[in-house]
Amino acid sequence: MAKPASTLSKNVDALGQWVDKRLPVSEFWKAHISEYYAPKNFNIMYFFGSLALLVLVNQIVTGIFLTMHYKPDAALAFGSVEYIMRDVEWGWLIRYMHSTGASAFFIVVYLHMFRALMYGSYQKPRELVWILGVLIYLVLMAEAFMGYVLPWGQMSYWGAQVIVSLFGAIPYVGDALVEWIRGDYYIADATLNRFFALHVIALPLALLALVVLHLAALHEVGSNNPDGVDIKANKDQNGIPRDGIPFHPYYTVKDIFGVGVFLLLFAFVLFYAPDGGGYFLEKDNFAVSDPLVTPQHIVPVWYFTPYYAILRAVPDKLMGVVLMGAAIFVLFLMPWLDRSKVRSIRYKGLGSKILLTVFAIGFIRLGMLGMAEGTPAETIESRVWTVVYFAFFALLPIVTSMENTKPVPERVTT
Amino acid sequence: MKMIRIIAIAFAALVASFDATAAGGGDYDHAPINIRDTASLQRGATMFVNYCMGCHSVKYMRWGRLGEDLGLTDSEVEEFLIKGDQTINDQMLSSMPYDQATEWFGKAPPDLSLTARARTADWVYTFLRSYYLTEQGWNNTLLANPAMPHVLWELQGIQRPVMETITAENGETRTVIESLELDEPGLMSPEEYDATITDITAFMAYIAEPAALDRLAMGPWVLLFLTVFTFLAWLLYKEYWKDVKK
Repeated sequence: MAKPASTLSKNVDALGQWVDKRLPVSEFWKAHISEYYAPKNFNIMYFFGSLALLVLVNQIVTGIFLTMHYKPDAALAFGSVEYIMRDVEWGWLIRYMHSTGASAFFIVVYLHMFRALMYGSYQKPRELVWILGVLIYLVLMAEAFMGYVLPWGQMSYWGAQVIVSLFGAIPYVGDALVEWIRGDYYIADATLNRFFALHVIALPLALLALVVLHLAALHEVGSNNPDGVDIKANKDQNGIPRDGIPFHPYYTVKDIFGVGVFLLLFAFVLFYAPDGGGYFLEKDNFAVSDPLVTPQHIVPVWYFTPYYAILRAVPDKLMGVVLMGAAIFVLFLMPWLDRSKVRSIRYKGLGSKILLTVFAIGFIRLGMLGMAEGTPAETIESRVWTVVYFAFFALLPIVTSMENTKPVPERVTT
Repeated sequence: MKMIRIIAIAFAALVASFDATAAGGGDYDHAPINIRDTASLQRGATMFVNYCMGCHSVKYMRWGRLGEDLGLTDSEVEEFLIKGDQTINDQMLSSMPYDQATEWFGKAPPDLSLTARARTADWVYTFLRSYYLTEQGWNNTLLANPAMPHVLWELQGIQRPVMETITAENGETRTVIESLELDEPGLMSPEEYDATITDITAFMAYIAEPAALDRLAMGPWVLLFLTVFTFLAWLLYKEYWKDVKK
């Protein structure tokens, strides 16, 4: 029936075998792509993992080209970014892909994390997947913060000033620590130069390593799904989960479609509103940094503002810093705070649904308050939502261990 | 599908709430500019080199790039726009020496490359229309006691403030500027002056981001390509998933 194989295809096969005997390429491909069985009921919330990977690649590739023209020098940095924007061929596109990509990264990651909260993807046996994910989020925040300093505009400078000075709240060693981080008595050339090193080498390496571990851990335990059903509990005679489908080609084609939709939105922002309405690129950052002129209103970029609101909600600086740190650290505890017998929000009780909804509203509201000017009324509202933020984690063990859950089906639903 | 609907509603609510927060900022007049209107940019460029560049530089912009984007040949740029002994390959620098400028004005006139981005085009438009004359000299309602005099006063004429006394809640009274009124007409009518300021503002918005012309020209094609790509990707997805959905 089949035509005899051509010489060429025989040679290609032979080469493949030669490599496989020395490096397990096809084994890797099978284990992680073509024979990695993912639940067939992924919904729209499951696009954001692959999209995060896409944005990571975008940041690395555009970042490489930016470093070819950027000058990490306090006297030259601002001008070199404008040089990229004007005189470097396609420089404006590369720069906007990178700056829009930074915000897109956080949008995608926040939705990816929210997905995990909805469907209990942090529960046993996926605790390490979650913990590695939170570590990625932490490194990403450091990476984004240092990247924002590099254009050396007013917000770069004063944002760095505010954030770095937070370490000064630590008793005894605070001032020395701040000086050590800055490498000078104020935010200066030394700071810019080291932030550049961390932004382009140290943190991306850490990020890539963590992403590899995150995926390795995920592929060891298998993907969760919107029903929270354990698909490995129901396998056919070949040992393949009945509700699983090979990642390739099914989820590769589906994710390519997701990539198309994402790129449409991304391109729309990039070509028609690259400063994201002042949220992605703040207008004050188009003025060169000036240590003698403090901007009227120092605001971090939108993705940090929920934590900034928590910081400002507390009158005492040290307590504010502690609380802000706790707000991030508490995420690590999620797998042990949720005591529910079921994973997915679909089968949890009303209490869990209310908790998660109020938490999500609170997080967004804190984000908005973090960009506001900080009037007394806004400070009081920030305090309310800060309490709500922590109440979510405090109440979770109680609510999830007490509430009635619905029965989880044997097989995944569509 | 239910999931998609929930996300769409949440997204709409989020956008609406952001609009509500954003509406609070800035009391600037809206600048009716169109940076893709080449004639407007050309008129703005002429005004800018004549009235602004005596003192202000645009150090991130080159004359050659300006000519390309404004549809002018190199010789036209050299003849009509370049005032000093600069060439087409030079940056748009003012011939005023920096040290002396600092001495004359107390503060060197700032470079205007990015002013329209750092302050917004609406700010520029409002600023240039908000000068008024008092016995102490020129002042501006947007930026009190500016180092810059009203260089366009011959065109606009002389505006004087209309004062109003307001009483605060605690009983203190103070006088504030209620509005500006044209006291002596200039060479231009108010409409002509506003149109000229619109041209200058458009030009400043352009020099703040010359790439805007590129991205606006390219945007529709990229979006069209991505729409076709996404549609084909969707067909491919549907085709493959027939096996799963049965």
